[in-house]
Amino acid sequence: MNTKKIAWNAFSDVLAFAGSLVGLVVGLIFAIGGRDDVIMFHGWVFAAASAAAALYLFVRMIEGDGEPDETGYFDAPIRFATIATLFWGVIGFLVGDIIAWQLAFPVLNLDLPWTNFGRLRPVHTSAVVFAFGGNALIATSLYVVQRTCRARMAGRWSPWFLVWGYQLFIVLAASGYVLGVTQSKEYAEPEWYVDIWLTIIWVVYLLIFLGTMARRKEPHIYVANWFFLAFIVTVAMLHIINNAAIPVSFLGSKSYSLYTGVQDAMTQWWYGHNAVGFFLTAGFLGMMYYFVPKRAERPVYSYRLSIVHFWSLIFLYIWAGPHHLYYTALPDWAQTLGMTFSIMLWMPSWGGMINGLMTLSGAWDKLRTDPVIRMLVVSVAFYGMSTFEGPLMAVKAVNSLSHYTDWTIGHVHSGALGWVGFVSFGAIYCLVPWLWGRKGLYSLRLVEWHFWVSTLGILLYITAMWVSGILQGLMWRAYDSLGFLEYSFVESVEAMHPFYIIRATGGLLFVIGSLLMVWNVWRTIRGDASLDMEDQPRIAAAPELRELPAMTRPVPAE
Amino acid sequence: MKYLTVVAITQSLALLFFIFLFAVVLTYVFWPGNKSKFDRAARIPLDTDEAAARNRKS
Amino acid sequence: MDWSKHKIFETNSIILLVGILIVVSIGGIVEIAPLFWLSSTIEKVQGMRPYSPLELTGRNIYVREGCYLCHSQMIRSLRDEVERYGHYSLAAESMYDRPFQWGSKRTGPDLARVGGKYSDEWHTLHLKNPRTVVPESVMPGYSFLAERRVDATYIADDLTALQAIGDPYTDEMVAQAGADLKAQVDPDSDGAEALLERYPKAQVRQFDGNPEFISEMDALIAYLQMLGTLVDFTTFDASGPNLR
Repeated sequence: MNTKKIAWNAFSDVLAFAGSLVGLVVGLIFAIGGRDDVIMFHGWVFAAASAAAALYLFVRMIEGDGEPDETGYFDAPIRFATIATLFWGVIGFLVGDIIAWQLAFPVLNLDLPWTNFGRLRPVHTSAVVFAFGGNALIATSLYVVQRTCRARMAGRWSPWFLVWGYQLFIVLAASGYVLGVTQSKEYAEPEWYVDIWLTIIWVVYLLIFLGTMARRKEPHIYVANWFFLAFIVTVAMLHIINNAAIPVSFLGSKSYSLYTGVQDAMTQWWYGHNAVGFFLTAGFLGMMYYFVPKRAERPVYSYRLSIVHFWSLIFLYIWAGPHHLYYTALPDWAQTLGMTFSIMLWMPSWGGMINGLMTLSGAWDKLRTDPVIRMLVVSVAFYGMSTFEGPLMAVKAVNSLSHYTDWTIGHVHSGALGWVGFVSFGAIYCLVPWLWGRKGLYSLRLVEWHFWVSTLGILLYITAMWVSGILQGLMWRAYDSLGFLEYSFVESVEAMHPFYIIRATGGLLFVIGSLLMVWNVWRTIRGDASLDMEDQPRIAAAPELRELPAMTRPVPAE
Repeated sequence: MKYLTVVAITQSLALLFFIFLFAVVLTYVFWPGNKSKFDRAARIPLDTDEAAARNRKS
Repeated sequence: MDWSKHKIFETNSIILLVGILIVVSIGGIVEIAPLFWLSSTIEKVQGMRPYSPLELTGRNIYVREGCYLCHSQMIRSLRDEVERYGHYSLAAESMYDRPFQWGSKRTGPDLARVGGKYSDEWHTLHLKNPRTVVPESVMPGYSFLAERRVDATYIADDLTALQAIGDPYTDEMVAQAGADLKAQVDPDSDGAEALLERYPKAQVRQFDGNPEFISEMDALIAYLQMLGTLVDFTTFDASGPNLR
């Protein structure tokens, strides 16, 4: 190591240490001076996390790095984020299923403040979208950008700050909801101080990503990185604008939005729809564009199509927000714009789906032999299905029936469980042996079970919600022969009961599937001998353990 | 100028502008000279990590 | 190392970044920005005023408990909704809502005009255990609201913050915030009259039937009972210049 490198490392050590001391002070200020219980509790949590970081950094500075390996890729934070993905995934799915049972059997609310549906529902959505999805995106984006740029990840402590800071964000947000601290903006519930913390983390994420791209030895920036970059940049923009608020006190948790009523609604659904568009779509498309070709060992079907897909998708998505506000007090011109762009959005979405699916052309047999690639491909099929359903529901006439009903919930879950869930599971099944240097997964048969149990769960879920949603919509607008409304509201509530049970059962299957995955991944990481190595494709192994592809294998000497 | 006229003009201009942008993307994508570049780029995920792993080992 | 080449690559990722930013900004600028300056966005109506301190407290409880996750506050301009819930919601009716509570799901009914539809006693029973009055309901019970005291210490700070970002609270309203909060559950007091002057149509009474202290139940019911009652629809002209 040259002296410049040593000096640079020492500088980042000092900077990181100073940063954690600042965090400790800020945490203590809230912990001692806070005006309400929740912000004081959060102050203690923040101070404890900062103190732990400072202590760790101090020990590392005294003891030194030992034998640092700075030649290869920087994967330790990615391994951490991979495990965090599974941890939060199980929690998020489980809380989701609990609140699904609460809707079927209200006694399960227990009538305690911190266990009722209203407080747990944001825990579910944040845990699956930001904790499960977010960690999956951090892990895969940082893995992919290093490989496709052939460059080591930028930063010495910043990647660790990113992954640990992000978990702290999740803990602060979720504990806040349970204790009654929320902004009540869907998918943007965290209060102002948690929002500021996330902004800092996100800027670091962007810098790490850009820094790694700047080091690249590969002249072309691979398309997956375009999607990841669009996801990071746009989410930053959405987060900052939608969360603009004024705190009542800088030592209290409560804040008021800078926007009111109709402007607030438009800003929120511009955010809300693009949380779907850029967090749950663009980011995961980046995942698709790396892991589907990689696992299939074939280049993406059409690189040209991927470029058109990228620019048209990011341009069109941002307009679609008003389709959450049809027939409301939002001005008509905005509703019309939203509908027009939502319907156009079908085109790039299906372009992406075709590109993902057709990558398998000529290798369809892998769907039968490799459940990991089947998971990835089925996720793309679900993507196609929900991006067809979306534009359909964005037609004003359809939306007048579907809005406010369970149909929307079903639509979201076909995207979230089928697309986001399965593409993440597929990517993690690929990543775990690659990151931990294993020859393959512990059990491919278990992946098979995971696939079928979860698929059955998703089908039960979305069919139940289709029926209940359409039933609800029809009951609300039904008239009797005398021209009166036929049903009272509560009759529609009663009619939902059987479907809520079916839905919660489907959700339970999905939870069970995720537990199978945790078991499988745990055994793989532990390094247990694989049960069915002979069935696993060569690509399942870590790069350094992989056999050469058949055609390039050296011919044995005569 | 009436409000409706302004609206009509901006909407038509925006339409032309977006069609132009789309044409630019398509031209870039289908430009014959770019084909080899894209073919190479499409192989990036396949060619990178194993080669790197082997280089490290040797 | 070939620095001249390297530099071009670096600029490329920045160009990509800038390109993405431009492309994703257009939609937001066209759709959101005009809502702030087109005066036709919010109708001119009679009767809208900012929330009284007790109503605001109740509203913050509504937000805290996540009521918006199952109840909308937005009656769409569709025949069945207007017949079921009342006049379709106007943009003006949420002009002091930070944040808006239009909602996205009706597991329970719309609440935009629930004010005055049920008695305070019904609300108290229903919030404590919804199934005593609506057997088929799937709503959680909120009996703990009746036991929690409303903390009026900081209510003036809430009004100050709202005043700072443009809500028409006067300095007098801010100064009297604590007194107004207490007066709204005490109809015979002198403060009640002053409150009504500052906040016309505010409903002043003992809401939860427990005169010993001001509970969160009082505040929440005060909020629910005023929802959708402010705008004077006798003077609202839907065909007027509002409909640009």
